[in-house]
Amino acid sequence: MLTDEQIERYSRHIILKEVGGKGQKKLLDGKVLIIGAGGLGSPIALYLAAAGVGTIGIADADCVDLSNLQRQVIHFTPDVGKAKVLSAKEKMEAINPDVKVIPYETWVSAANILEMVKEYDFVIDGTDNFAAKFLINDACVMAGKPYSHGGILSFFGQTITVLSGESACYRCIFPKPPPKDAIPTCSQAGVIGVLPGVLGTIQATEAIKFLLGKGKVLSNRLLTYDALDMRFREVALNRNPKCPICGEAPTITELVDEVDAMTVCDLEAAKG
Amino acid sequence: MTLTVNGKPAAIDGKVELNVTELLSVLKVEQPDYVTVELNGEILERDNFPATVVRDGDAVEFLYFMGGGR
Repeated sequence: MLTDEQIERYSRHIILKEVGGKGQKKLLDGKVLIIGAGGLGSPIALYLAAAGVGTIGIADADCVDLSNLQRQVIHFTPDVGKAKVLSAKEKMEAINPDVKVIPYETWVSAANILEMVKEYDFVIDGTDNFAAKFLINDACVMAGKPYSHGGILSFFGQTITVLSGESACYRCIFPKPPPKDAIPTCSQAGVIGVLPGVLGTIQATEAIKFLLGKGKVLSNRLLTYDALDMRFREVALNRNPKCPICGEAPTITELVDEVDAMTVCDLEAAKG
Repeated sequence: MTLTVNGKPAAIDGKVELNVTELLSVLKVEQPDYVTVELNGEILERDNFPATVVRDGDAVEFLYFMGGGR
């Protein structure tokens, strides 16, 4: 049962025929894991908390840096130096005390990710490196968890929702990660500050729709965004029978870290 | 021939067909070793690029790695 305060707080949701009191209850009972408390993770965490998603895990081992604040809107200037997951937790709880925030002050790795993922209904990739992006894909496919992939660079972004075992996964499109340093990162190439706001908000929308069981999620469609031309495009995709993890004869049968795609910092983190 | 490349028409003068490796070169696709190619809705295996021919009217999507998020 919703309290009077909850009915007031979520009134603009409850009035929607796709949500209603029942849908709001589903959100409050929902559990979403956000991996990465940075550019994408910021709007995702803020909106999911505001929406009343009852349990939100958030994983990141990093601390807030001054150069983050141009886009990582969940962190404020006085948070510089603070653990990102704790900075995020404070804001999420301030927005909505209904929400239970579970911080994981760690990088995800083959050793810890399955344990984390299995506790949640939906997972969101807000990470900034290919080792993590492939690991999240593999863990979610193996655990049968739906997840939203997001990637951004400079003025461009892409996102797809993976219904593990049912729709195309990240490795159906990109069978293996690029070698480290082959593709520039945001710290090398730059990123326009509003970009993760656009993509992250779409990822949060997918999580909410999934919990509600309403609408059509972004599966078998890669949505690409070009902020310079201000253009969205959709690329239709199918599951790839030769996909190394969800294809007919998978070659990846246990979770491993993509060491070749790891940077020096990732390797240090994986060891620790 | 005219192809549809990432949703936009792309005229390639003087050619009636090209293989995918040649197409990546003619269109000056950056970092072709890391681009995924979808031809008429089907993702191609990289090993098959030289043997896969594109012709007038084909729809090609180049999908690029995007690794950022923080």
